[in-house]
Amino acid sequence: MKLHEFQAKEILAKYGVPVPPGKVAYTPEEAERIAKDYGKLVVIKAQVHVGGRGKAGGVKLAKPEESREVAGKILGMDIKGLTVKKVLVAEAVDIAKEYYAGLIIDRSSQRVVLMVSKEGGVDIEEVARTNPKAIVKYAIDPHKGLRPFEAREVVKKAGLEGNLNRLASAIVKLYNAFVGSDASLAEINPLVVTEQGEIIAADAKIDLDDNALFRHPDLAKLREVEAEHPLEIEASNYGFAYVKLDGDVGIIGNGAGLVMYTLDLVNRAGGKPANFLDIGGGAKADVVYNAVKLVAKDPDVKGIFINIFGGITRADEVAKGVIKALEEGLVKVPVVMRVAGTAEEEAKKLLEGKPIYLYPNSLEAAKAIVTMVGGAK
Amino acid sequence: MSILVNKDTRVLVQGLTGREGRFHAEQMIKYGTKIVAGVTPGKGGQEVLGVPVYDTVSEAVANHQIDASIVFVPAAAAADAALEAAHAGVPLVVLITEGIPTLDMVAAVKEIKDLGVRLIGGNCPGLISAEETKIGIMPGHVFKKGRVGLISRSGTLTYEAAAALSNSGLGNTTTVGIGGDPIIGTTFKDLLPLFNEDPETEAVVVIGEIGGSDEEEAAAWVKEHMKKPVVGFIGGRSAPKGKRMGHAGAIIMGDVGTPESKLKAFAEAGIPVADTIDEIVELVKKALS
Repeated sequence: MKLHEFQAKEILAKYGVPVPPGKVAYTPEEAERIAKDYGKLVVIKAQVHVGGRGKAGGVKLAKPEESREVAGKILGMDIKGLTVKKVLVAEAVDIAKEYYAGLIIDRSSQRVVLMVSKEGGVDIEEVARTNPKAIVKYAIDPHKGLRPFEAREVVKKAGLEGNLNRLASAIVKLYNAFVGSDASLAEINPLVVTEQGEIIAADAKIDLDDNALFRHPDLAKLREVEAEHPLEIEASNYGFAYVKLDGDVGIIGNGAGLVMYTLDLVNRAGGKPANFLDIGGGAKADVVYNAVKLVAKDPDVKGIFINIFGGITRADEVAKGVIKALEEGLVKVPVVMRVAGTAEEEAKKLLEGKPIYLYPNSLEAAKAIVTMVGGAK
Repeated sequence: MSILVNKDTRVLVQGLTGREGRFHAEQMIKYGTKIVAGVTPGKGGQEVLGVPVYDTVSEAVANHQIDASIVFVPAAAAADAALEAAHAGVPLVVLITEGIPTLDMVAAVKEIKDLGVRLIGGNCPGLISAEETKIGIMPGHVFKKGRVGLISRSGTLTYEAAAALSNSGLGNTTTVGIGGDPIIGTTFKDLLPLFNEDPETEAVVVIGEIGGSDEEEAAAWVKEHMKKPVVGFIGGRSAPKGKRMGHAGAIIMGDVGTPESKLKAFAEAGIPVADTIDEIVELVKKALS
């Protein structure tokens, strides 16, 4: 789960990382009031779950008397398909140096890895591509945590200039915030050294581990359903793993691997999937019924491909769910099915004479549905 | 022969009294798996499916010879349960549970490895040596004894590939579902050496997917050391960047985890890559002819 900058900064502040004073505004008037309270230059920043806000014009400096107009321009702005509904109004920082400090879970070393760079304030993925040596990486022992001496060594190695103890301390606190909130990514970019020598997190990003939200009810509440696709919200209520995609072939299958494979086959056949939907293991007819109902509801869907390999999931249960949805008239588009594995014969018997195109092979089924939705794109 | 487990492997079920644990324990017993004990804290002294239940793994270990444990404990307590088994001296721990907090796994994987214990999973279907033992949740009947080892990050797709290999007459030795999470106990490159030494395994199929770099690391190992043919498969080749495709680990982050990178690594290691499940069978046949 992604957090907004202001939420990430609240977490960092709780763990003692210095952040500039700032408040969230939903209207230009609110923004002006906040800026006038501070009585000095502020930075007004769009709060949307997408990178590249600055380049899109969503981050602007403003004097208190300009803040209303500037906030008015940013609010309502469209950044990469997302509408800006709120802005962070924060005291502008007196920047002397801009650095980068971030933590990720690295699959290869199977540890949390600290990354520190002198090249702050820019896209770190760009730095990784063009000047990888400028990023110093350090894998942290999960049982010992990040100790101050380790942070000092990384800071020195990365060539950061400024008060060494303060820089290291901010990084240790960033690690504490990462572990304490069960993050999957946490970064401060830029980590600023001010003209006065203070260390401050001028911008911050935190992604949380969805699997750990159950132990952070306060953070779980921050999920913004309006930022998600309505079908994704409905799917998550049903407990489906679902991703909305931009094609026109609805996809339903059992098991993430099989569903991914099914998307690949549709693509290979020249079609474009409208979604990823995994009904999970051991699904009964009612679960399948809900899945078909959900996918059929998507106005983009011109045909549905249901790909089932029965294991713990019984193919006949799947067939029953599909038939129920068809008989209730919920599906107005062609349905192609491929069933194999456990209870395959029973499923085929149930599906006999029903308005479903049954194929023995996944690739043939994929080709058929692509033809039915109007051929290869 | 097979790798890691065979018909004599004695198995402990952690979470035996729960719905999932009981259901799959019954399926495993039907398959022929030797389940000798179960553990559920607070339920010690009961008997489930004719198997004694203990409060702790160390009590179970004191009363039975245990070669492997399979864990069906809910996500919040799953990493702790795996650690309990490892500390009690169980040499192989199979963690089925889905949705375990990633940092729990970061800490547990290191500790379990430091103890010299092999962990498979989490978020995995387990492992099966065809017609000998299944320590997992896969449908046993699709696996026929044969010549091909199979390692996969997926569940259903694995069953499908195993069924295709069985139906073609090639059959399976041991199949290991390593799990779809970003941090897992055993990766492809940890298992390839075992298949390399197993006299019954003549070829190995590696079913990878987008996300991470396990496939690339496996390819590098194959290039240097593998004596037997390896056939690859990559799921999620058409998935968009940054979207989590069902598995927590199946996500492309920046330039890491892309299908292009995996296909390139396989090509450099001389590993033919199948585009469809049927093609896996064809490529294995070709490699063995």
